[in-house]
Amino acid sequence: MEWLESGWGLSLIVFLPLLGALALMAIPRANEAALKWTALGFAGASLVLAIVMAANFDYSAADTYQFGTDLPWIEVINARYTIAIDGISLSLVVLSTIITVLAIIYSWNHWPEPHNPKLLLGLVLILATGMAGTFVALDLVLFFVFFEVVLLPMYFMIGIWGDRSIREVPVFGWKVEMRLYASIKFFLFTLAGSVFMLLSFLALHWRSGDFLDERTFSMIELSVLGSTGAFTGTFATLVFLGLFLGFAVKVPIWPLHTWLPDAHTAAPTVGSVILAAILLKLGTYAFVRIAIPILPDEFVVWAPLIGLLAVIGIIYGSLACLAQNDMKRLIAYSSVGHMGFVMLGIATLTDIGINAAIIGMVAHGVITGLLFFLAGSMSHRYHTRDMRRLGGNQSLMPKMGVLLGLAAMASLGLPALAGFWGEFMALMASFNPLEAIGETVLFRWYMVIGAIGTVLTAGYMLWMLKSVNFGEPSAEFADKEFHDVDTVEWLAWVPLVIAIFVIGVWPRVVFGATNDAVIALVERAFGG
Amino acid sequence: MLDIDFHALLPEIILAVTLLVTLAVDLNTRRKHIVAIVGVIGMFAASIAIFTLAFCDVLDFCTDTGTRSLFDGSYVVDSYALVFKMLFVFAGFVVLLLSIGYLETDRYYEGEYYFLVVAAVLGAVVMASSRDFITLIVALELVSIPGFLLAGWRKGDPRSNEAALKFFVVGVLALALTLFGVSLLYGLTGTQQFSELAAAASDASDIGLFNLGVLFVLLGLGFKISAVPFHYWTPDVYQGSPTPVTAWLSVGSKAAGFVALLSVCYLALPTVTDIWGPILWLVSVLTMTIGNVVAIKQTNVLRLLGFSSIAQAGFMLAPFGAAAASDSVSDLSGAFYATVTYLVIFAVMNLGAFATVILIGSRVGSYELEDWGGLIRYATGLAAALAIFFMSLAGIPPLAGWFAKFAMFQATIGIGDGWGYSISIIAAVNAVIAFVYYGRVVMTTWFQPVPASVDLEAQERYEVPGPIGFALGLTAVGVIIIGIFPGLAANIGDFSTEIFASLGF
Repeated sequence: MEWLESGWGLSLIVFLPLLGALALMAIPRANEAALKWTALGFAGASLVLAIVMAANFDYSAADTYQFGTDLPWIEVINARYTIAIDGISLSLVVLSTIITVLAIIYSWNHWPEPHNPKLLLGLVLILATGMAGTFVALDLVLFFVFFEVVLLPMYFMIGIWGDRSIREVPVFGWKVEMRLYASIKFFLFTLAGSVFMLLSFLALHWRSGDFLDERTFSMIELSVLGSTGAFTGTFATLVFLGLFLGFAVKVPIWPLHTWLPDAHTAAPTVGSVILAAILLKLGTYAFVRIAIPILPDEFVVWAPLIGLLAVIGIIYGSLACLAQNDMKRLIAYSSVGHMGFVMLGIATLTDIGINAAIIGMVAHGVITGLLFFLAGSMSHRYHTRDMRRLGGNQSLMPKMGVLLGLAAMASLGLPALAGFWGEFMALMASFNPLEAIGETVLFRWYMVIGAIGTVLTAGYMLWMLKSVNFGEPSAEFADKEFHDVDTVEWLAWVPLVIAIFVIGVWPRVVFGATNDAVIALVERAFGG
Repeated sequence: MLDIDFHALLPEIILAVTLLVTLAVDLNTRRKHIVAIVGVIGMFAASIAIFTLAFCDVLDFCTDTGTRSLFDGSYVVDSYALVFKMLFVFAGFVVLLLSIGYLETDRYYEGEYYFLVVAAVLGAVVMASSRDFITLIVALELVSIPGFLLAGWRKGDPRSNEAALKFFVVGVLALALTLFGVSLLYGLTGTQQFSELAAAASDASDIGLFNLGVLFVLLGLGFKISAVPFHYWTPDVYQGSPTPVTAWLSVGSKAAGFVALLSVCYLALPTVTDIWGPILWLVSVLTMTIGNVVAIKQTNVLRLLGFSSIAQAGFMLAPFGAAAASDSVSDLSGAFYATVTYLVIFAVMNLGAFATVILIGSRVGSYELEDWGGLIRYATGLAAALAIFFMSLAGIPPLAGWFAKFAMFQATIGIGDGWGYSISIIAAVNAVIAFVYYGRVVMTTWFQPVPASVDLEAQERYEVPGPIGFALGLTAVGVIIIGIFPGLAANIGDFSTEIFASLGF
């Protein structure tokens, strides 16, 4: 398995989907079967490699970087092609390859209008490269490029296949189609964040020259500098703010979240799934991978504020959910709440909290991915997502109803399902945040508010179940025949259902990899 | 026999000969595209000559290596000059390809047109080597005067006439300002050669007059690069000129202006960054902001590209502005490097953008953005190319433009202090604003329905003219390759450290 160790394996995981996208270009548009199988083949190969890698991962040394390589890339600025995975990124890489494959499988017979499988599959594959690349990059420039690569495909996905209903733009009062508004809003928010993130990266690069012989973009070297207290004062504060802006928009942290409900609601099903399941994790992952190790002291200063924003996000997301009539929009807002728990876990700066954040990310990816799949399939059948018109789904489509019930239960954090661990442990960690923060009492209040948030989460999820699944079907749907879950949908969803149970019952499947890595990370950053 | 290094002058000699041959061929043939082919061959030959100069140390027949200085240092062929000579010849090559299909459709004089394009390229190539003010101004005019004529080439079109007149009046005014500034600097220091001026600048007798001289030179060059507030001519000229000429003006001519500015600021006046730095800081901020804000409102794609290239010039000026507070060699060389890298990448992507816009414009029969709706439905390849070039201009990875912006930010952040940090943040905000209009073009062509005015059946029969298609493919591949391996473009600017080492201050 030498080639696997040498970095080739990891590079293939990242770039196979991109090669697939190139291969699609050579296939005529009319030959749909060839397009589908090619896309599935490349994404599937990437997934198989990721699983092989997970199987060969040395879990006893999860805190070290494995399967990596380090090659010169842009020599003038000493930016390098440095990739590797450790326990923290392993589960996210696997998750992103799984979601890509499932999205392609789901697309087998669910094509949004206008019908253009070639382009849609191509964009999904480019997204896959960007997502996996972000999780494996250990060089700031490389990270930046992958972080941005996902923007364009998602922009096109929302813009071309998005929701065509008319929406009024706030402030300006223009009336535009939802998809146009959502796509440009998504892009501008993310771009605004990432430009400042880039400035921070560059500032770190220049400052590293004061300590090293050669200026560096390497996250590993910068982390070493960070843990020795190299970056301090106003410089560190400004750099942290730049990083915060870039990552927070992506997460999204309240009050930078406003692009999210629009983008998620407008996107086609596959787009929503990828957006919710993976793209949001790029931000939280970056907090763990970049912000904590490189600017630990600065993070300690800002942790109370980030915690506050996180709990506001939890409460705000939940309340917003209760105000929705659109099922998809409700699920979108639920992401704001769930990512709030992830951020709360990170803000405690403890190993429990960060472990909670990572399992929370994986769980949210699996659960919300499933929820968006279900919402897409249901609106495909009912031709509406308006919960006031839906009802009695359980009797119309029993299998779909069961899946929706399961996903909703998992989402509200029912023990023994995947969503439980992230919420529970984030709250647990808030009881005892890192001592250096010196705001233990405040964080205990956050814990209380977060706990109220879990109640609200349960509230809106059950309310959604009640209005969609239970009761009698409304008159317009009552005597219609509906296809229940079809084969392709089973193929796309069963892996997610299995993952929900497995992570719920046996969280070691995630913690086994993350725990040592997180403990080492916290120790290096905050001296244990 | 004069002791002249003819090898060093070979690109200029080839271009000058090409110039004469185009005229001669034009007299003797009715098939005017042959003239263009002569021009293309000339560009190609010149590029080979440039390559032999650039890679002199690995070629057998070539003995000299390193910098070649001619005419007592007034004319220097070094890496800096060679990179830009290559850029200008490449731009000329692409512009000729763009013109071949374009002029045939319009039935205007063709032969002379190609002659003028080659003349402008020759001027730009001379510019890259100019190391004193006289050569610089001669070169600048050799770039500009063909530009005036070319702008008015569509003589039946009032817009084209307006463009030519505006361009001419403004251009001559700029020249007068530059000359006035140069005469002041010459009077005060007794030299108009850059290397001597660099040494004499710090002990000029009358500092007030000296500042005035610098200011006037900058003003004149500001017109050439269409920096705000000297930009008023740009959108009208860009819209009125034949589109390939617009491509030349926004890439070749603008780059020539930037080369002049780079040479004047960094080679002639590196010791007085405190004079030109703050001025250019302000000009840069105004240029990128106003260019961007006005571009948002444009409905005509050519005008939009005009304002976008104004905004891009603002980004290129940012490193100059950041250098305001600095006199360290490494800061200056970093700023210099950033602008050079930006220019090289900008040339490739903006030429590509123009090639695409010309093709779409001639295909749809309009340059109004709203007529381009739903382009993806009937011209997938062109819509894809448009997205590639506009997103590259917006600076989105993995397209080449990201590295241009990256290099700029790297310099401005690296210089730091008040000037550097402030302009970094302003540029960052502008980079986001720019996406509004670049994104809008992509949005219209990809997401909107096809307007009723487009005849879809006629579109089915359309074929891309070979030369333009070739230019488009060349630039598109360049944009993607440079985007993924920015090292290719990054290494081009490598010479900046050696240039500043040789300045020796």
